[in-house]
Amino acid sequence: MTRLSRLLRRLGPAGRGGALVAAAWLLLALVGPWLSPVDPTAIDLPRELQPPGHAHWLGAGENGVDVLAQLLAGARVSLVVSLGSVVAAAALGVLVGAVAGLSGGALEELLMRAVDVVLAFPGLLLAIFISSVLGPSLRNVVLALTFSGWTGYARLARAQVRWLLSREYVSAARVLGASPARIALRHLLPNAAGPLLVQATFGVPAAILAEASLSFLGLGAPPGTPSWGALIDQGSQYLLVAPHVALFPGLCLAATVLGLNLLGDALRDALAPGQE
Amino acid sequence: MTRRLLGAAGSLAGAFVLVSSFLFLVPGDPVDLLLGEQATAVDRAALRTAMGLDQPWYAQLWGFARDFATFRLRSSVPPFREPVWPQIARALPQTALLTGAALLLALCVALPAGTAAAARRGRALDATATAGAVAFAALPRFWLGPMLIILFALRLKWLPVSGAGSFAHLLLPAATLGLPLAGFLTRITRGAVADALAEDHVRTARAKGLPEWAVVLRHALPGALVPLLTVLGLELGALLGGAVVTEKVFSWPGMGTLLVTGIERRDYNTVRAVVLVATSLYIVINALADAAVAAVDPRARAR
Repeated sequence: MTRLSRLLRRLGPAGRGGALVAAAWLLLALVGPWLSPVDPTAIDLPRELQPPGHAHWLGAGENGVDVLAQLLAGARVSLVVSLGSVVAAAALGVLVGAVAGLSGGALEELLMRAVDVVLAFPGLLLAIFISSVLGPSLRNVVLALTFSGWTGYARLARAQVRWLLSREYVSAARVLGASPARIALRHLLPNAAGPLLVQATFGVPAAILAEASLSFLGLGAPPGTPSWGALIDQGSQYLLVAPHVALFPGLCLAATVLGLNLLGDALRDALAPGQE
Repeated sequence: MTRRLLGAAGSLAGAFVLVSSFLFLVPGDPVDLLLGEQATAVDRAALRTAMGLDQPWYAQLWGFARDFATFRLRSSVPPFREPVWPQIARALPQTALLTGAALLLALCVALPAGTAAAARRGRALDATATAGAVAFAALPRFWLGPMLIILFALRLKWLPVSGAGSFAHLLLPAATLGLPLAGFLTRITRGAVADALAEDHVRTARAKGLPEWAVVLRHALPGALVPLLTVLGLELGALLGGAVVTEKVFSWPGMGTLLVTGIERRDYNTVRAVVLVATSLYIVINALADAAVAAVDPRARAR
């Protein structure tokens, strides 16, 4: 606990604000759907598209569904997809990068060429293509984001491994007879963890935004799933009569992404200074 | 440089293989999806032959590559099977116009704002510019677009809601695509100018008594443009991805709309072609950005 409070003090005001937003997002995603008074899919046709009021605090959407309940359910979708894809992408990327950095030679060349191929696709295009092929489902979004997102971790892990291998304490451990597995787990992993954690902190908001983009395009959450991106897509049809339907999910999305980015910036300054 | 170009060609070939092989993962039979369950066996077989699905996978790959490279590629969805390249030729200039306008807007905001923030580091102006930059960079384009439509098209009625064809049509999509990039580039510019201000030749310029504005504009900013150029090339990828959602918001008739309608119609020839053309352009532009950096920065040439 003292370590956590010390870290929070080192984050600075913007970082602490970001941590607060991130904590709120986590909490609402975990317990929000239980707190919510109504079912996010409950139909209330008489109040369809009504502005915020007593019956629906943040207004009603298509078919009179409660916007607030949908936002809370959407927070859970964004949490599951972003954490799932970031953990999977980091695991895959660190594995590939560490193997490349430790092996060297032809295997390293081959693996890093594969990284280059995935990086050759501009922005979301590979994720859009993969999810268009696999079809709309949250599992497929995680797959698409994992497959298009692991390369950054691979490059970072390889660079870290190469740099750490040249350090004297690693040579010392090797001379003392430590096995390659022991060196990798006891000496390389703990020292590479900081930069990788920073990278993953930036990966979460990027994945939230990517999931929402895919859902906005109709390629992410299947129809009926309350994703923030899908809600904005739905709300875009009622901009004149019911602007609140598109407004609130966008505010949630922007606030979450902003908060996590601020947290990432502060963590980078605190954990991995000098890395831009 | 030769090595860089060879690497780019290799990546392009790899991207082609990746995009093509992913297609064999499509769940379900495309013939079933197009004709439905009740179709007769004869119709199925005829469609299968027409779409080339009766051939082995390597023949299908080769057929696509040949048609793509010789500009004879047709849509994979019957009955019309329109040629794909003329559609790309119509869509690409629209996307280039939109992306170019967004980039111009972003630079017009980011260069002055980032330079001013770096020159006034730690002051109120810096704090305001940095906070604004962080906030704009977090805005999702598919939300910013609808909000700009509500304000400028529906309430104020200054600009058209969607479509293309005139300068007025370009403004909202360009702002939607460009403003988040402006936020990002402001931070990059600020960092690059701040780094350049710490260099020895800038201290020399100050020591010989130049006014501060001349030090920043004539001596620090040029040095900051080099890292900015590299970032710009890479950021173009995010811009092309952002163009897909922006085009959907504003029904802009570009590559993104072509891609999204292609996906909706399960027209995988068009989808593949759009992805490959966009990827090739991205690779080429990044190679050009590297070449430009090498041309102006001798240190990059040595690397």
